[in-house]
Amino acid sequence: MSGDPIYTEMIIEYSRNPSNFGKIADAHIHQHDANPLCGDTIDLYLNIEDNKISEVKFDGHGCAICMACCSVLTEMIKGKNLDDVKKFDKDELLSELGLQHLVKTSPVRIKCALLSLKSLKFGIYSYFVDKMKDSESAGNLNEEAANLY
Amino acid sequence: MQSTADAFEDLRKDFPVLNRRVRDNKKLVYFDNAATTQKPNQVIDAISDYYQNYNSNIHRAVHALAEESTEAFENTRDIVAKFLNVEDSREIIFVRGTTEGINLVAYAWGRDNVKEGDIIVTTEYEHHSNIVPWQLLTQEKKAQLKYIDIDDNGELMLDQLDDYLSTGKVKLVTFSHMSNVLGTISPVEEIVSKCKNAGVKVLIDAAQSVPHMKVNLNEIGCDFFVFSGHKMLGPTGVGVLWAKKEVLEKMSPFLGGGDMIREVHKYETTWNDLPYKFEAGTPNIADVIGFAKAIEYLEKIGMDNIRNHELELTKYALEEMKKIPGLTLYGTKEPEKRGGVISFNFNSVHPHDVGTIIDKDGVAIRSGHHCAQVLMEKLNVAATNRASFYIYNTKEEIDVLIAALQNVAKVFKL
Repeated sequence: MSGDPIYTEMIIEYSRNPSNFGKIADAHIHQHDANPLCGDTIDLYLNIEDNKISEVKFDGHGCAICMACCSVLTEMIKGKNLDDVKKFDKDELLSELGLQHLVKTSPVRIKCALLSLKSLKFGIYSYFVDKMKDSESAGNLNEEAANLY
Repeated sequence: MQSTADAFEDLRKDFPVLNRRVRDNKKLVYFDNAATTQKPNQVIDAISDYYQNYNSNIHRAVHALAEESTEAFENTRDIVAKFLNVEDSREIIFVRGTTEGINLVAYAWGRDNVKEGDIIVTTEYEHHSNIVPWQLLTQEKKAQLKYIDIDDNGELMLDQLDDYLSTGKVKLVTFSHMSNVLGTISPVEEIVSKCKNAGVKVLIDAAQSVPHMKVNLNEIGCDFFVFSGHKMLGPTGVGVLWAKKEVLEKMSPFLGGGDMIREVHKYETTWNDLPYKFEAGTPNIADVIGFAKAIEYLEKIGMDNIRNHELELTKYALEEMKKIPGLTLYGTKEPEKRGGVISFNFNSVHPHDVGTIIDKDGVAIRSGHHCAQVLMEKLNVAATNRASFYIYNTKEEIDVLIAALQNVAKVFKL
């Protein structure tokens, strides 16, 4: 099945062996989200030190696309500056896995792909608003998350 | 004379959508019938005929078009009543679908009859539409919601019902006639007789049963019965609530507005007669008229023939699927105890991935929680795949499904 536009070697591999899979106890950011259409759930855990993502993990149940995107997202943001992570957009994530075409070809499966990024944006927003009482730094990440797909 | 399988295959010509190609020019294999069925020309034409020739609001105006539309609309009520062996067609209430029917009962009957401490009993294999309205009601009334669990075979553990009934607090037992995930056919007679002995009301969610088997409401003896037209060749947006006249008459209205009133004064209103008391506002006239054609179509084939055809398909599919290594089947192993619904998982491949991969071969199944998350929790899975059959499906199509599933194994290198 070479040439399958979705189920590439990389996606299948990540779905079998997801990166950064697990929990962080008492994480600075813990964001739970679900895809109401299919029942997929993920929990994203982040620790922040010196305005950097010092540690990141996720767990949950999802399809190959969801698991691969969570894996790649967590790999891409680990150790990164929080200001850069806030600007992270869906094209960066999708292109890493060659899934940009999903935006046009599969409006249903795009939700599987972007659940990870949606959780990340909501998670950072809540962190600033609820924990740091700093709504300026939170910006409009909540709106960005809500309008991702 | 045609063989039965040929006669069923012959029906396919009535369903334009079954001729279309999907994805890479693949023949459509439509196995998502538990979600909604395809529509025959007879239904599509009836709707189009209404809009082209006699579109008009019903029940009020005296002009020619209104007379025709009212007659066609009310004729459907009689057809539904006859189909279910209901003597008085005023007991047939048109609603949007099963969900609205259940909500109507929860709201109009439930709010008057359920008090603090009372118990509503449902089951673990209900669709969300037969759980959430009761959660809302019991939370509001400080009543309790209890579940009849299922056993490893996917069947209801009825001794739990006895325990609940023995408390004397149960007001309503509500359950699906057939599970939309496992296909299990509930032991209706046994449940109804237990409830009747205890003087408890019974609601049957028949969304998955009425389209597939003969139902005689005169014999069942339940108090409320709801189903949807679109799962039985009819249009979306039409459903039926049936309840005994004495029950409906005592119930408060659901929606207030036009058509449901007798007289309106500034501060008080009297209600219209049945069934109009529960049909506020302009109803879905075109689709109700189309729904009549769906019932006529099914009756022409015969509900017992439909049941047998689906049983044949289900037996064949179960046999073939058992041969696939790594495929887990849910629900009872006895085909006679289930309808044409097969839920399964394939190794550890997520149902969404299975659904997407076999979709490339033109096979349409459902992947997800099927609006039955309580059951998913019980089965300890997030989701399943579901193939569900109807009158126009064939064994050859099941062969296409089996081949497509083998392809999933290749993609995931299993």
